[in-house]
Amino acid sequence: MMDLRELYQDIILDHGRHPRNFRKIEEPTHFADGYNPLCGDRVTVYLSLDGDHIVDVAFQGRGCAISTAAASLMTEVLKGKTVEEARALFAQFHARVTGGEPAALPEPLAEEAERLEPLTGVKAYPARVKCATLSWHALEAALKSGGSGATVKTE
Amino acid sequence: MTTASLHSVYAGPGGFEPRRLRREFPIFANNPGLVFLDSAASAQKPASVIDRVADYYRTDYANVHRGVYRLSARSTELYEEAREKVRRFLNAADPREIVFVRNTTEAINLVAQSWGQTFLKPGDEVLISVLEHHSNIVPWQLLRDRIDIRLVVAPLDATGGLDLAAFEARLSPHTRLVAITHIANATGAVVPVETIVRLAHQQGAKVLIDGSQAAPRLPLDVQALGCDFYALTGHKVYGPTGIGALYGRYDLLAAMPPWQGGGEMILNVTFEKTEYQLPPHRFEAGTPDISGAIGLGAAVDFIEELGRGNIFEHEEAVTGYGADRLSRIPGLRLLGAGQRRLGILSFDLEGVHPHDVAQILDQHRVAVRAGHHCAQPLMEWFGLSGTTRASLGVYNDERDIDRLAEAIEAAREMFRR
Repeated sequence: MMDLRELYQDIILDHGRHPRNFRKIEEPTHFADGYNPLCGDRVTVYLSLDGDHIVDVAFQGRGCAISTAAASLMTEVLKGKTVEEARALFAQFHARVTGGEPAALPEPLAEEAERLEPLTGVKAYPARVKCATLSWHALEAALKSGGSGATVKTE
Repeated sequence: MTTASLHSVYAGPGGFEPRRLRREFPIFANNPGLVFLDSAASAQKPASVIDRVADYYRTDYANVHRGVYRLSARSTELYEEAREKVRRFLNAADPREIVFVRNTTEAINLVAQSWGQTFLKPGDEVLISVLEHHSNIVPWQLLRDRIDIRLVVAPLDATGGLDLAAFEARLSPHTRLVAITHIANATGAVVPVETIVRLAHQQGAKVLIDGSQAAPRLPLDVQALGCDFYALTGHKVYGPTGIGALYGRYDLLAAMPPWQGGGEMILNVTFEKTEYQLPPHRFEAGTPDISGAIGLGAAVDFIEELGRGNIFEHEEAVTGYGADRLSRIPGLRLLGAGQRRLGILSFDLEGVHPHDVAQILDQHRVAVRAGHHCAQPLMEWFGLSGTTRASLGVYNDERDIDRLAEAIEAAREMFRR
């Protein structure tokens, strides 16, 4: 088994304890709840879109250090991106944490994706992959709902 | 091994000797250094149970209650012998009062669907408590949605134990059944079931007890207790998975219709009409888990050989030591279990999510459960989404608690910033 510090890197502990964009967006254009029935963790992701651009993204909820840090890092990476870029980032991140074949991303986006690297330690702990992807699943559900809100479960 | 020998080998002058008893459990030899503190989810298996199941398949296996040939007769004998062992384990009056089921969940569903659906009418009340596992909540909700009964929930007192006065206040002539846990799986709270049975019977209500967590820890006597139904699962009493037992008073079982139809549960079938077997076979449609039942019989033997009073005293001592030890860890809040707690230590560590605690504990080879423990309403009552839960088996001792405490300290250290 790998060293636990690879799972709980300083940046994870920091974002887990002091999550960024941990707030509600009062009039979001899109939002969704993510729920992990296994542990009872919940996250709500709020989006404010201008056309195709993510102007603001925030989240609230309760979860473990991994899921809180994952949501926090997600909001930092997504701000200013297009919806298409957000989907590409999720697809690439998902492949990296589940041991799939990550697609290559265009240069500026690839650099952003690197910021998610500290979370990829979860792939050695299958039970924790859902913690790292919960907020991303909620993001996807929010975009799909087209503004009406949605709930997504990890199972 | 005879009663005297196993007891004299493993129960030292100071009581139990879990370290030596551990030799009976192959899992520990195959996982050196493992501190297993998740027996409330499922207990490890002694070699006697593992070997009994394997030996049965090797030497005595055939289907039961069917063949005229000797092997089938022998298999039937062993299956019914296992039933007799479970009868003795619960001190039921008659082996026909023991129905083999898959687990506690199935036992409760059986009572809900057979007894409940037949004898309850709209407006009748089933009284449960906040302490319940989902398996003693959802079957009653399903029944409520089907026949419009009312589900009433007894609250807890400030210490997290059942509030007996509030419980009594919720009993009424409308209460037809009290379905309650004996030991709460998420906190270890011991429920005073003797009082519950007395109060419920005074109102004419029947009582079903969920004995999942009590069966491996407490001496049981359903006749002295006077309950109407008692449910337990095999894998928590050191037996195989997939087998459990429902005790039901014979007159109640005899009045209940089958809940599943098929082979084994009939006397005579024509396309016009089917006559059903008497209990318990009426409730055991299809080929049963024969090897599971025989393995459960071996598990019950194992427990009896150790002595149930010894197991109880041992777990009570280690639980007490654990509660003291964990309470001294700053930021750790042990979930209230009222006046009495047995075998289970459930806690919240300030600022650290249970899954993160369990992950770090695993790195220290300490296996615990994290989450809501299938008791979400109880978690809600405590204002938590989940806890970390350490639970005991006969193989655990104070040193395991020390290892647990050290690992918790390490988790605190990692998240202190």
